[in-house]
Amino acid sequence: MINEQVAQKLETQFPGAVIVQEEPVEDCIMLTSDQWQDVAKFLRDDPELKFDSLQCITGVDLGDENPMDVRYNLHSMSLLHKIEIRIPVKKDNPTIPSIEKIWRIGDWFEREVYDMYGIRFEGHRDLRRMLLPEDWEGWPLRKDYETPQTYHGMVVPKVKS
Amino acid sequence: MGYLEHKFEDNIIVTKLDKLLSWARSTSPWYFQFGLACCAIEMMAAAASRHDLERIGMMPRSSPRQADVMIVAGTVSIKMAERVKRLYDQMADPKYVIAMGSCATSGGPYWQHGYHVLKGVDLIIPVDVYIPGCPPRPESLIEGLIKLQEKIRGERPLTKEKDA
Repeated sequence: MINEQVAQKLETQFPGAVIVQEEPVEDCIMLTSDQWQDVAKFLRDDPELKFDSLQCITGVDLGDENPMDVRYNLHSMSLLHKIEIRIPVKKDNPTIPSIEKIWRIGDWFEREVYDMYGIRFEGHRDLRRMLLPEDWEGWPLRKDYETPQTYHGMVVPKVKS
Repeated sequence: MGYLEHKFEDNIIVTKLDKLLSWARSTSPWYFQFGLACCAIEMMAAAASRHDLERIGMMPRSSPRQADVMIVAGTVSIKMAERVKRLYDQMADPKYVIAMGSCATSGGPYWQHGYHVLKGVDLIIPVDVYIPGCPPRPESLIEGLIKLQEKIRGERPLTKEKDA
């Protein structure tokens, strides 16, 4: 249960950073977003943790009024352990501190999450759309997304039966 | 000249100029080397040694200016559709388009819910031959190309009526 040990360590180091889950459904660490950059630096540099590899950043829209999640999968190449971190963000005006300078790979990961969910990573040096055209409107992987009828005169929804 | 070499006396061969032109066109339709998704892998397989597209005169060209046939091999995303249209416009006449695979013909697996996929490349450029399959095997692609060659051979580029 590496997640629990790491959560305890973080709680002593950064009081208030860990959100205590009353009935944990999945094995992960819930964090608040305000100290996230410091926590991330600690996770990378602490000799007992050494999470030197950020493997994935995922956005999750949980639907309705629930906050959206940003999920980080961290792995330690030297100590061979891994954790998952989840940070809830508000659905209206979702922002979260960027960790692009801590793990360099986070640059493209964060741009992709921004592209699909519209979550703004504050402090990112170049937050543009990654996959979609730059003038695309809306955030396609949100639950309330509606497919546009046309894009630059091309019909988007199905036209043949 | 191969097997025709030294077989003729001094001679005159009579044919229609039209027919000669369309025959010449049909036997060397160079295709635009350009792939969008997994269909491109099959197109590469068709061009490689086992199937060898050069047997039927098909040669990949990397510039739209030199190509006669555009094989739209793969999923046409809406971001790519504008580029596809531009590349088609850059090709010199006469030009032909093959929609390879179900994505290029109708949107394929993305036909209903894909917000980012164009539902058939024929919405932006005219298509001559559709090849079904997901992705089609090289044999299907070659069948489609032979169909296209038959179509070109039937054309009469000089006479006033089309396809006499």
